[in-house]
Amino acid sequence: MRAMVYRGPYRVRVEEKDRPAIEHPNDAIVRVTRAAICGSDLHLYHGLMPDTRVGMTFGHEFVGVVDEVGSSVQNLKAGDRVMVPFNIFCGTCYFCARGLYSNCHNVNPNATAVGGIYGYSHTSGGYDGGQSEFVRVPFADVGPSLIPDWMDEDDAVLLTDALATGYFGAQLGDIVEGDVVVVFGAGPVGLYAAKSAWLMGAGRVIVIDHLEYRLAKAREFAHAETYNFTEYDDIVVHLKKITEYLGADVAIDAVGAEADGNFLQHVAAAKLKLQGGSPVALNWAIDGVRKGGTISVMGAYGPLFSAIKFGDAMNKGLTLRMNQCPVKRQWPRLFEHVKNGYLKPSDIVTHRIPLEHIAEGYHIFSAKLDGCIKPLIVPSAS
Amino acid sequence: MTYTPEKPKTGESSDVLRARIPGWGVDLDPADRPSVPRERFDPTFSGAWWEFPERQPEKYPRERSIEHKFLTPVFGTSCPPKGVSGAIRRLAYRRYSEGRAAHWLLLMAADRVDATGSTLRSFASRHPDNPLTETGVLSEISHHGLSSRLGEKRADLMHQPLDPIIVAAPWVLAGGVAYALGKRVLRRRRARA
Repeated sequence: MRAMVYRGPYRVRVEEKDRPAIEHPNDAIVRVTRAAICGSDLHLYHGLMPDTRVGMTFGHEFVGVVDEVGSSVQNLKAGDRVMVPFNIFCGTCYFCARGLYSNCHNVNPNATAVGGIYGYSHTSGGYDGGQSEFVRVPFADVGPSLIPDWMDEDDAVLLTDALATGYFGAQLGDIVEGDVVVVFGAGPVGLYAAKSAWLMGAGRVIVIDHLEYRLAKAREFAHAETYNFTEYDDIVVHLKKITEYLGADVAIDAVGAEADGNFLQHVAAAKLKLQGGSPVALNWAIDGVRKGGTISVMGAYGPLFSAIKFGDAMNKGLTLRMNQCPVKRQWPRLFEHVKNGYLKPSDIVTHRIPLEHIAEGYHIFSAKLDGCIKPLIVPSAS
Repeated sequence: MTYTPEKPKTGESSDVLRARIPGWGVDLDPADRPSVPRERFDPTFSGAWWEFPERQPEKYPRERSIEHKFLTPVFGTSCPPKGVSGAIRRLAYRRYSEGRAAHWLLLMAADRVDATGSTLRSFASRHPDNPLTETGVLSEISHHGLSSRLGEKRADLMHQPLDPIIVAAPWVLAGGVAYALGKRVLRRRRARA
């Protein structure tokens, strides 16, 4: 089969690989019909996540058709159209039993601090991902769901991570009616978080980024008020000014490990790998939110230490909330929102790239060329 | 205002927002939010019909965190550790917990050894690495590389020039190693002659 493989920092290519095999009785093999490149894939692509091995196939956002099922699978059969959450989870460990599917303890031998994620280094369990023609899907009876007949495939693939994560990020903000919500980052997760904040009753939604075309999307798609941080000497002071010097009630970090805005922080983290992530957006969130406010962290960071301003967070009495999104728990409610027309995930898709051209796809997304917001990957077999 | 009891009014009223934004407030009640409360005990909700899953066969000694009691019942089988990078990875897993910086720094070192070694090995294969196609840099021409940057106030333009250095590092390193080895072989041959 054809699959994307990692060759080293900033280098990927498409190779012929063995079709994945059933490794466990509850596995399924899914023929991928649509995948996506996630902003967090760029952390792998840039060599920022430890234990990213040459030869691994990335991709934790994908949908497809069941091609084969293991002997114990009861809920799926060959030919079913399925959407697969980015979390790999068993459904019954201590954490899954409490709905924390992203923290499953039975699927990642490499680390206890993170659950299993498709195509996201061995730190997340060493599973190949869906930027390929076929993918192994463990725990087929609990992870995948049938794609509803009325749902578009492009919408379905975005529900496997980006939309669910943005919506989850807004939930972690504990938004109450009239709250001022500031979202750092106008990428896919930030756009969805901003849009979701309105559903939860926000009174004002502010999005901050440095890419004008993404800020334009935030105004159009998420009805947000936007600011380009490169136009301000100090974006935190500006945030205070526009909130009558109170600060936002809720701040959402939708940027993560490669945040821009401070050259030294960015280079130390993203280029020299001297810290787990560039905490620029997170520190702006800490300083820009009001005392007693809430910060929701959706951006992905590496497991190494980062220079985060915990002193300010403590002195301000902030609540810091964060987790990888337990995707499947969000789906019933999100399906309703998509069906009712409150959310149209595929509105942010800018590029559809054939699998064979995936190296160009990564570069376009990474270098922010051509107005790229969300690239989808189309395997040739589909 | 902020210096007095009432919250400053800086946004539109709820009625105006409800009329302007489709779906405004439909999840206002926390009971409608799927992850509220954060933990909700229900082992059957996921659809799983086991208490502890059947174990996946271990076909090679699978590295695992020493913070785990045992190998998890299910695990990924992509890219088993091999060669020098594999030895470094096994050491990182065997010796250091996730709480130790050494664990992660060793894994990062192994990643670099893996990338450099794989590039070198690729030259002896039918599919040598090609930085032009693998970096996707040709899309700079086909996807408006110049106009995407010119005249834009983009913070990333400051550090993007560093990217080619990161990409080139293993190639320069590999070239240096090849040069040093070649020089040594030539010296030995001359000494024998």
